[in-house]
Formats: sequence, structure tokens, C-alpha cells
Amino acid sequence: MNESENKKWIFIGMFVFVGIAFLAKLSVLQIFDPTYKQIANANAIRKLTQYPARGYILDRNGEVLVYNEVSYDLMVVPAELGDELDTLELCSLADIDIAEFRKNLKSIQDQVKALKLGRSTPSPIVKQMSKLEVATLEERMYQFPAFFLQPRILRRYPKPIAANVLGYISEVDDKKLKEDNYYKPGDYIGNTGIEKSYEEILRGKKGVKNIFVDNKGNPHGSYMNGQYDTASVAGQNLTSTLDILIQEYGEKLMANKKGAIVAIEPETGEILAMITAPSYDPNLLVGRGIRKNYGKLVMDHNLPLFNRAIMDGYPPGSTFKLLNAAIGLQLGVLTPSTRYACGGGFRVGGHIVGCHAHAGPPDLLFSIQTSCNAYYCAAFRDIVNHGTNTEEGYKVWRQYITSFGLGTNFPDSDIPNVKSGLVPQTTFYDKWYGRGKWKPTTVISLGIGQGELKVNALQLANMTAALANGGWWITPHLGKKVDDAPIKLFKRNETGIATSNIAIVKEGMQRVMTGGTGRGAQIPGVTSGGKTGTAQNPHGKDHSVFVCFAPADKPRIAIAVLVENAGFGATWAGPIASLMIEKYLFREVKRPDMEKRIMEGVLITPEPVKPKPANTPTR
Amino acid sequence: MARRDTHIDWLMIVLYLFIVFFGWMNVYAASQMEGNGEFFSLSTSYGRQLLWIGISLAAAFGIMFFNPYFFSAFSWPIYGLALLFLGGVLVLGQEVSGSKSWFVITESLKFQPSEFGKFATALIMAKYMGEKSFSFGGPGSTLFHFFDLPVKLSREGLVALALFFIPAALILLENDTGSTIAFASLFLVFYREGFTGLVLVYAVLAVVLLISTVLVDKFIIIGVVAGIAAILALMLRRSRGLMALAILSGVLFSAYVYGTDYLINNVLQKHQRDRILVLVGKVKDPKGVEYNVNQSKIAIGSGGLVGKGYLEGTQTRYRFVPKQYTDFIFSAVGEEWGFLGASLLILAYIGLLSRIVLNAERQKSRFSRIYGYGVASILFAHISINIGMCIGLVPTIGIPLPMFSYGGSSLFSFTILIFTFIKLDSKRSAILS
Repeated sequence: MNESENKKWIFIGMFVFVGIAFLAKLSVLQIFDPTYKQIANANAIRKLTQYPARGYILDRNGEVLVYNEVSYDLMVVPAELGDELDTLELCSLADIDIAEFRKNLKSIQDQVKALKLGRSTPSPIVKQMSKLEVATLEERMYQFPAFFLQPRILRRYPKPIAANVLGYISEVDDKKLKEDNYYKPGDYIGNTGIEKSYEEILRGKKGVKNIFVDNKGNPHGSYMNGQYDTASVAGQNLTSTLDILIQEYGEKLMANKKGAIVAIEPETGEILAMITAPSYDPNLLVGRGIRKNYGKLVMDHNLPLFNRAIMDGYPPGSTFKLLNAAIGLQLGVLTPSTRYACGGGFRVGGHIVGCHAHAGPPDLLFSIQTSCNAYYCAAFRDIVNHGTNTEEGYKVWRQYITSFGLGTNFPDSDIPNVKSGLVPQTTFYDKWYGRGKWKPTTVISLGIGQGELKVNALQLANMTAALANGGWWITPHLGKKVDDAPIKLFKRNETGIATSNIAIVKEGMQRVMTGGTGRGAQIPGVTSGGKTGTAQNPHGKDHSVFVCFAPADKPRIAIAVLVENAGFGATWAGPIASLMIEKYLFREVKRPDMEKRIMEGVLITPEPVKPKPANTPTR
Repeated sequence: MARRDTHIDWLMIVLYLFIVFFGWMNVYAASQMEGNGEFFSLSTSYGRQLLWIGISLAAAFGIMFFNPYFFSAFSWPIYGLALLFLGGVLVLGQEVSGSKSWFVITESLKFQPSEFGKFATALIMAKYMGEKSFSFGGPGSTLFHFFDLPVKLSREGLVALALFFIPAALILLENDTGSTIAFASLFLVFYREGFTGLVLVYAVLAVVLLISTVLVDKFIIIGVVAGIAAILALMLRRSRGLMALAILSGVLFSAYVYGTDYLINNVLQKHQRDRILVLVGKVKDPKGVEYNVNQSKIAIGSGGLVGKGYLEGTQTRYRFVPKQYTDFIFSAVGEEWGFLGASLLILAYIGLLSRIVLNAERQKSRFSRIYGYGVASILFAHISINIGMCIGLVPTIGIPLPMFSYGGSSLFSFTILIFTFIKLDSKRSAILS
């Protein structure tokens, strides 16, 4: 019996052995191995991104140019998908294409299988549905437990204007995702225009809300009472420099034409209007509309997505003569009484640069007034020859030209994607002709703003503003205030030309308006200075150019208008500039006939079919 | 009841009560979302569990008033009834995922004959082997000679074994792995009553070889087994019988390994095979077979040293552990009460088991002693398998944690099982058979 009695210790030993084994395993699980805690948290806590309201964009007087509307992403949590998903019902309620839905769902599920996406991570399966589209679906969401609606922001435009300047927002691309940690797939970012250059101000700051979810993904309230939440910060509003009145007016004037208008307030460099034509309705590139409409816009041969005001541009034509006049005066090559013979043209080698009919050898002021080509060919030659050799003289000339902003892309401006155009360097012609093997007469067309020169409306407007100011300019910009704080970042640039010399040129510009080529573009009730230009176009009809500032002393607006394939500057560009100035200074226009002629003028063929904005209800 | 020769062991009762009520608290935690907190709501799991606790306590109380000779006297009828039920369930029972182990009267009134069978068999083994004259291998009980080794197994020993194996076979036919293993634990009683300990050794070997076969190629194992058998045979060559035993064991185990391998790969259903493979880590199936155990481990692991606090466990509250209020109830303990709480529960169980064994040894009546060992064995099997499964040491086998898991009939059966012994123990100085 004793032997058997002692077997109790074997039994107890067994119990203790198992107990110790369990305690050991428990200590590993609970004390020594930290992964379980992490997984537990991942199980039960869902991070909800709180998207802040994006800042509005306003015009200089506080009127809303861009505001927000709530949109909804239909999110799916793959872990909770059962077999009983009534795809038909869901798609019908949400008014979405079944094939596309299935495709998106499969793509998400494949990513989950490939472990690229978490099973419990919500993924968007249909994006940016409007409040209208979601209305019916919202009340039936309970039928689809694996789905929920996530509110997002959509941009809305009270007036369909300034699309290119304002820009649009779309989903962040992979490249940006890699560069910047702030953005997660599916976030929105400003792509072009003001939305892009002021992205960081407009976007605010995302917040995070931690909520408990159970194994079905049903939310059960805040984790730790929101201790680990971060509040979202709403985006700041941007007051732009644009004046909605003339922006809208200018777009009407440019209807059915190709070209650009830029208007600047000379004293501040603030851009009052930036118009490119043809343009597009900004509401087209909102939400799901981007997918529907972007392709059509890109394929449109009239290039509505381009902002012609800042692209590589066109030769400035006769407006360029203003700079040559100023430079000539500054270098002492020209005086107000300098005359050059015209006789219908300027002879260079075997060619003649033609000129139109006008009285006698013009002096400086008259040459501006009547836009004499021969004068400026001669002036250009003399300016360049003023240097010790062509190369030196040209460099000096070029230095002055670029000091007006031509040939630069205004690097410290806040306008994205400005192109520099072209004011050729000496090396450019060295490649063509060989160094030291060319003279001003070789490139004589630079004198009258033709040849290899390329400028855009922004540069011309800036040049006009510099002239209006008397020889200096503030970097042109679009941003005026961030919330209530004025933006003070833009610096003053000097052209290096004496104010007295500029004043002479300005006088000439005034005579253009009162008795010169710009006569027809005078603005009733105010003095102004301007210059016509006709940019030669080897591919078709010449482009019509006009620059102007008003009033003549203490100018409040400097404007440049470019109309493609429109002939003489005075025919189209001039009247447009004139009407714009009248509208800006007086807030109304009293020349209905001129207005009518311009607005109804058709210089291009319109696109045959207009795409519908994405959120027009179809039922 | 308060007679001179009655000494109730209050320690066992206290441990029992602690486990029952701590268990209820955790069932509540694991099923709290079913209701709004009224304990007596019968539409909730915790409400129903409370009801069954009441019923079981009433039964326990009643047992303490029984005539102590009752159990011994009625062993045979109880056993006969159990066999009837065990047979009957094979015909009339409800089939649930391949196993037929329940009589279902209503949704909440279910009854597992194997629970009754464990109780009845423990009683009958106690009764039969408790006879004064019983011995597994007394004089003249040599069955035959294995070479020079006498194999001693008396006729009554055979009968005793039969009394175990008949209900065992019936339970095996139910196709319920958990019930079968729990019942098999009663074999430990034979060991205590004189059956050779070699059986235990062989049982452990069988488990080790099973695991090895899954992990390593069977021919390597067979090679190792044969090698060890050969060495042993050489060492034991002085006794022909022992040597032959070594050789025979080698052959049998080799066949066992081969057969097991065949069984696992060709006979077992996929989900059963997967459970084993997953356990040893050969197969990773985090969302399938492994899911329950993984979630249980996550819940337990995330409890840390002191746990997340009662009713504050995220995995428990938000139902991340499937079947948490039944088989995986231990995970709630681990998450909410941490290492300290879980260890406390394990210690309480070990304490109870050891106490039962120690008490069993001091019984004057063999009947009471044998029955006590039966109780300890059954409880030990349940506890080690259930907790082992929750922490990932044992493959998933559906078996309740005694007095802890939600389940009325299980709680009731364990209560009867234990309090019968408490009653018998209180009369430890009497001869009760």
C-alpha cells in the first residue's frame, strides 16, 4: 500500500508540472513578448482621419471664388464582407456602374490577399459622391454592414471663371506620396494654379480620431476619451488679388477667341485679372468629374487647360519698341529729338523691314505714336553698337530687357508653372552664326519685337506696370491675404532706367492713345497710355497685341491683351483692353456697341459638344 | 450532518466557490454586450449561467444531506443508466459538426451523456476496485508468461478494465474528441490502483511520437525508435522477457508511427489535420484554423502583468475571440486580469486538484479514495487541455473549463462530481462500500 500511497506525489507532480508549463507560457505571452499588445490594439482600434475644411479662395474684395461642398466616399472594410452582399441593390441605390464596382472591389480584395492592404483597413470603393447621390443610399447603409460613408471635401465655384488661375484639386499621385509624408493615398492636393501654390495654407491639417471597433467594424466610441486624438485644423482662406468683376468680364470678352489678358495694379504688383481663352468650366474638374472630363479637355485642340497668360508665348511685336526707346534714352543713344529716316522701310543687306505709311522721319515720341519700324531697327542697331563690340553691346541691351521681367519666369512669384519665354542670349546666336560672326543687323528684327523673341501676357503686363510706375515693379503675384494677414513677400525690382527717361516713353504712349495707333482704344473719361502691337505669325494670321495703363498719372491698372490670329493690335486687342480698363475704373461700361462687337466676335471654332459637369442630377 | 465523525473539508468548498464565481464574472465580461447589465436576464448568457449556478448550488447543498452509503449502494444502477444514455445518444442524439454527443430537449436544456458517463464510471471503478479483495495482480493471477516475465492480470482486473473500456468505446463512437480524451483520463485511476506505470510511460511516448511524426519524416523517427529499442534490448538482455519487451515495443511503436502518419495524412479530415499542423507551426493559417487560438493568445498577451481591468478588455468587450464565453473563457481572464489573475486561477485549480488527491489518500474507505482519484483525473484533463488550448500549447479541442466556461449542464455535472467527493470525504473515517 505504501508504494501506491506514494503515487499521490506522481499525481501532484503532474499537476504542478503542467501548472508551471502554463505559467511559463503565460509569462512569455503576457510579459516577455510585446507583439500581442500591438496586435490587440490593431484589432480593436480604428484610426479615422478627420479631413479639415479646405480654405476658400476669395477675390480681392472678399467675394467667394471657390468654396467647399461635402462629398462622400463609399468605404468598404474587407474583413466584414460576408457572402450575402447584395451588389445589385447597393449599386442601384448608389447609382454606380456594377461592373466598375465589382472591378474595384476585386482590386481591393486582391490587395488584401497580397498583404498590401489590411483586412480591417477601410478602403474607398466609390469616390466623391455628392450629397444628392448619397441621399437615398444613406438611409439604407445599415443593410451593408461592411460599408460606410466617409465625408470628404469637394470644391465648388459660384461662377465658372478663372479655372486656370484657380487650379483644381485631385488625388495625390505616387511620386508626391513618396516625397511627402503628410499625404496618404486617396488624399487630395492642389494640382495647378492657386490651389497648388497655396496648397499648404488651404489644406489645413488632418486630424485623427481613434475609435474602438468590434470584430464587425462597428464603432463603439472614442478610444481613451480622445486622449490620443489630434484635432484637425481647418484650412486658411486665401484672399487673391483678382477682381471678380473684371475677371468675369474679360472672360466674356474673350469668348470664342484664343489668347490671354493680364491686368496688374502697378503700385503693388497685384494681378487684378488673369484670363486665358479658351478656358473651361472649373466645375468640370471636381470629384468624379475629373475622370469623366479631363480626357476630353486634354484632347481639345484649342488647349483649354493651358494658361496662355504664362506660357512660352509669342513675339511681342511693336509693344517691344517701348523698351528699346527706354534703353536708347538710358544709354544716351537716343534723345527725344533723335530722328531716323524711314522711307517705307529699313534696309538690311538685301532685305527691307517694311514700315507703314506715316509722316516724315519721326522723332522719338512720334515713332512711338505711329509705331515706326525703321526707327527701331536703326535704334536697336545703334544701341548694340554702343558697346565695344556686338557681344558687349548686346549683353548690355539684354540686361535691360530682362530687368523688365521679360525672359524670366518670376521665380519669387506665387504663380506656379510660369514659363520664361525667350530673350536670346549671345550664346544663342553664337551657335547659329559663330561667335563674333554676327552683328545687330543680323538679328535686326529684335528691334521691332519679332524674330526669336517670345513673351507672354504676364510679362507684357508686368513690363507695362514697370513703365507705369516710372521704372520699377513689384513681383506680380496672386495672393493678397491669408485669412486676415496681408502677404508681404513680394519684392521691388528695379529696371535701372531713370524715371525721367521712362517719363518720355510714357508721354509717347499717351500720344498713341490720343493721336496714334491706339486712338480707337481710348477710354472715355480717363487719360491713358498704351501701345499697339501686331505679332507676326508664320502659321497664320498675325496676333493682335495691346498694352495700356490708366490713368496716365498715378496709374491704377496696367494691362496686356493678346488675341491670336486677330490681325492688327488696334482691331481686337485694343478695344478689349479699353473695355477692361473702363470696367475696372468705373465698374460699368458705357459703350454697348463696342462691347457687343467684341463679345460676339468669333475667331475660333468652338468645341462641338460641351461635357456636363459631374454633379448634374441625371434623374 | 453535524455528527462527531463528520468533517467537511471547507477548503475544497471555498476553492470551488471561488472558481465558480470568478468564472461567472468572466462569463459576464465575455457576454456583456448581450444585455444591459441586469444579472438575472435569462436572455443573456451570463443571466442563464447565474441560474445554473443557483441550481448547481442547490444540488450541492442537497448532496450534503444524502446518506453517505447512497453512492456506493447505487453505483451499479447509475452505471447501467449511463450506459443506456451513452448508447441512446448514438441513436437519438443531435448531430453537431460530425459528432453526436448531446441530447437536446430544448435550446437551453441540453444534456451530454458523456458527462454522466464520467461520473458513473468513476463510481463504478470505485465500487468494483474498492472491494477488499480486489487486486490487479494478486497471487495466482498470472495470465501468461511473456518469456520469463509473468504478466499478472487477475480476472477481476480484466473486469475492471472492461468497466472502463465499454463506456469508452461508446464515447469514442460519438466522434467527439474532447469528450473522449476527458473520459480517457480515468485511466489514471488504474495506475493508482496498481496497474503498471509502464502504461503512463507508453502514453507519454505515444504523445511525443505523435508530435514528432508531424514534424519530422516518419522514417527518421522509425530509425530512432528502432535504434533505441535495440540499445535497450542489448542492455536488458539478461532478462529474456525484458529484452523481448524492448524489441516488441520497438516494433509496435514503429508501426504506431507509421500508422499515425498514415492516419494523419490519409484519414483525418482536413480541418483536424490542419489543427495539428497549425499547432506545431507547419501550417500558417491565421484567418482560418489558427484564428481562434490566435485571437485568444492576442487577448491574453495584451493583458500584460496586471490586465486591462475588469470589463475593460478590448478583445473581450468587442468580441474578437470567438466562442469566448465557452471554450476560450480563459482568454478573458488573461486579458482583463493579466498574468497575475491568470496565474491565480491556475494556482486555484492546482490547489483544488492537489487537495482532492491528498484527501483521497486519507480516506479509510477504498471506495472514496478511488472515486477521489477519478474526480481529480477528470478535472485535470479538462483544465490542462482547455487552458493549454487557449494559450496555444494544445491543439484546438472543444472541452469546457470546469466551473468556469458557460454551460449549464457542464457546471451541474462538475458540481455533482465534486460534491459527491466532498460528501464522501466528510465521512472519511467510515467504510462506505
